[in-house]
Amino acid sequence: MSKRRPSRRAFLGLAGAAAASSLHPAARAQTPGEIRDLGETPSEYGKPSPFAGSKRWSRAPDATASSSNTPLADLEGIVTPSGLHFERHHTGVPVIDPDTHRLTIHGMVDRPLVFSMDDLVRMPSVSRFHFIECSGNSAREWSPAGAANVQLSHGLASCSEWTGVLLADLLDEVGVKPEASWVVAEGADAGLMSRSVPLERALDDVIIAYGQNGEAVRPEQGYPLRLLVPGCEGSISVKWLRRLEVAHMPSMARDETSKYTDLLPDGKARQFTLVMDAKSVITRPSGEQKLDRPGFCEIRGLAWSGRGAISRVEVSTDGGESWTDAEIAGPRYAKSFTRFRSPWRWAGGRHVLMSRATDDTGYVQPTLAALLEARGRSTIYHNNRIKAWEVQESGEVTNVEA
Amino acid sequence: MSRRSGLFAAALIAVGGPQALAAESERTGLGHEVTAEELSAAGYTVFPDGKGLPEGRGTALEGKAVYQQFCAACHGRNAQGEDAAALVGGRGSLTSERPRKTVESYWPHATTLWDYVRRSMPYEAPGSLTNDEIYGVVAHLLNLMGLVGEDDVLDRESLPNVEMPNRDGFVPDDRPDTH
Repeated sequence: MSKRRPSRRAFLGLAGAAAASSLHPAARAQTPGEIRDLGETPSEYGKPSPFAGSKRWSRAPDATASSSNTPLADLEGIVTPSGLHFERHHTGVPVIDPDTHRLTIHGMVDRPLVFSMDDLVRMPSVSRFHFIECSGNSAREWSPAGAANVQLSHGLASCSEWTGVLLADLLDEVGVKPEASWVVAEGADAGLMSRSVPLERALDDVIIAYGQNGEAVRPEQGYPLRLLVPGCEGSISVKWLRRLEVAHMPSMARDETSKYTDLLPDGKARQFTLVMDAKSVITRPSGEQKLDRPGFCEIRGLAWSGRGAISRVEVSTDGGESWTDAEIAGPRYAKSFTRFRSPWRWAGGRHVLMSRATDDTGYVQPTLAALLEARGRSTIYHNNRIKAWEVQESGEVTNVEA
Repeated sequence: MSRRSGLFAAALIAVGGPQALAAESERTGLGHEVTAEELSAAGYTVFPDGKGLPEGRGTALEGKAVYQQFCAACHGRNAQGEDAAALVGGRGSLTSERPRKTVESYWPHATTLWDYVRRSMPYEAPGSLTNDEIYGVVAHLLNLMGLVGEDDVLDRESLPNVEMPNRDGFVPDDRPDTH
């Protein structure tokens, strides 16, 4: 077996093979009828096809960058590949050795405890699909037409299967004192990112996660350990988690006062607006795509709600004049991406496509006008408006006022 | 083996195996009790009532030099913002079309400023300031805002008593609000 490859390479000519391998993959792609090259041998960690080319997008791909967006238009199903999960970090991605990493739980508890990664992996575990969405996602959507493509407009949201320990179980281990009401989380990044979690929520469905999509949590997502507060704004899911302090009040950390609070027209600001309300967006056809000819084209998109499961998604192809129910395709987990699809035949001409999600609390995704009416123009965060795309006569898809 | 896990093992033997684990004890016994040394190395949180604030002290006069050395390059000589955010000014702007959210105009608690400087500043070298320097630089900023005098000593007792202009500016989440 081992001799086959060199002999074939000799047959083709080593120099020619070396030259070919430096070309763009399309130049090396096989066409039927040719003498066929043997393919690659197994690899330690597989990579996407070079033809696939999905990439995160970052506004400033340099030392000042602190976020990157998921290419939602490229995704199928409900899982975001770990390498395409959006990033938001405030002081960069730390390198942490799991053998020396510890989680300390202390404060208003009966038994302050330190957990190694081995301790945590031994604990009873859960695996659950949950989205994470930055509350600054869709900040560009406060303008009527919003962003030009779905990676820009909605790409600070991603969904993974998270594996870890329920925080409620860990709090049982330490014994929470009756006068406690909050849990303050701290990361091991350079800036010791910190947020406060209401105890009631901490005892509900919060996960201390070490697994993401079947493997270890990625460094950008908090390796080796992160907080995962399902359905809530991403910044509360503190990454590189190193310490939990059970307390009698929130710490009023910078990222729950100065940032991630929502300024209203009367000058007051809503605080601890943790839940991400129901939202949906059409990912195909979506901005900057092009339909090269009329004909059948399935409308697909994603919907999610921080309050529960998605119960309904409606789609409009006439700018909201009429709506039809889309099919919920695949799993319908609570606080998770949910895939919807709707058959559509584009006969040519201009069409404005929209989607509208309803969750199992009955909450209906609002229009931009409804959000502005309720909140004014200075809230920055939590924009879950209905998003519109316009299919032009040319087949080009653009953002459009809605 | 710790005393607790020893008892745990004894209980397992007594009742005959893992089936009884949940019934006998909700706890796994994993993790180990924090030693005093581990606890002091683990870090701490500063709360609005002053809990967590460490020993140390500083005044605006002492903190001005610290500010100019470590903060001014990004936040501006007078903390009115350059590459990094403005820290002072903006009072009265929150209801305008262009609100200026600064420490002075927006932050509800002076303890948050202390906590954040300790955690995350200076941006290139977080953790490099001493507690006295942090008390000093916080005093300098609060002095620029007209909230403390040049010679007022800030420490764990006095800092929580500084009343920020927007201390009553926050309300609980009352969503859903769109229907």
